[in-house]
Amino acid sequence: MRAAVIVFPGSNCDRDLAVAFEQAGFSVDMVWHKDHSLPSGVDIVGVPGGFSYGDYLRCGAIAAQSPICKAVVEHTERGGYAIGICNGFQVLTETGILPGALLRNAGLKYICKTVGLKVETSDSAFTQGYNAGDVIGIPIAHHDGNYFADDATLSALRDEDRIAFTYTDNPNGSRDDIAGILSHNRRVLGMMPHPERAADEGHGGTDGTALFRALSGVLTPA
Amino acid sequence: MKARVHVMLKNGVLDPQGEAVRHALGAMGFDQVHGVRQGKVIDLELADGATEADVTKMCEKLLANTVIERYEIELI
Repeated sequence: MRAAVIVFPGSNCDRDLAVAFEQAGFSVDMVWHKDHSLPSGVDIVGVPGGFSYGDYLRCGAIAAQSPICKAVVEHTERGGYAIGICNGFQVLTETGILPGALLRNAGLKYICKTVGLKVETSDSAFTQGYNAGDVIGIPIAHHDGNYFADDATLSALRDEDRIAFTYTDNPNGSRDDIAGILSHNRRVLGMMPHPERAADEGHGGTDGTALFRALSGVLTPA
Repeated sequence: MKARVHVMLKNGVLDPQGEAVRHALGAMGFDQVHGVRQGKVIDLELADGATEADVTKMCEKLLANTVIERYEIELI
């Protein structure tokens, strides 16, 4: 199983994400944002958290136009798997791979703490290690995590069972308490909380481990 | 040629920064302010021959996120 983790100037969770993949049995390639293609045989692309390009213009906007993101879009269009965490979620919405956008937190504050997440669906490679309805503790660390989508998009997400996680106590004003969503084909997950920061005893929690473990073994390269 | 692009959050999209500015103005005694929306102004210096259509493409692809923002182009 091979994972590619994208590295932008300003990424700061890239190595954490690589370790989480490795602990779940993946071999990991770190891929620089100026590269034009992904390594061949990649099963999943990880777009990590951080502050790509200093969050200039909008969070994730400039990263979404980088050469490697074109390759990531093509990978997902071929049916490839991808996970975007925090800034990575912002990047995936800016590319259009995932619907909606992430606005400034309603309370205007940067929030860094462990929050409760309700698993809304176990019907995806990412969430099959949980049961729908499970509540897990995963850290958030963001200033712009307030998920916004128009009413039609929200009802499509609900009707198609594409809301992966919701907050048990909405910290940022996200519509419908949304913390993470799936793509139409359920092979791309974007989420603001950081499962890679809850994937080792040393983190103080391991509720994120099941996400990475569930991924290994079920993926097929695109 | 220069263009000035105004980017604003769409109506109905929460603008917590604008709301904070409104609160501050109210606390300062400016009771006449009912609402504040905060946006961005981006000035572009363009090569000769650039057109408004070029700037529209820039807005659609990068300068604005049309999921949440609207934009206006002013040629100056």
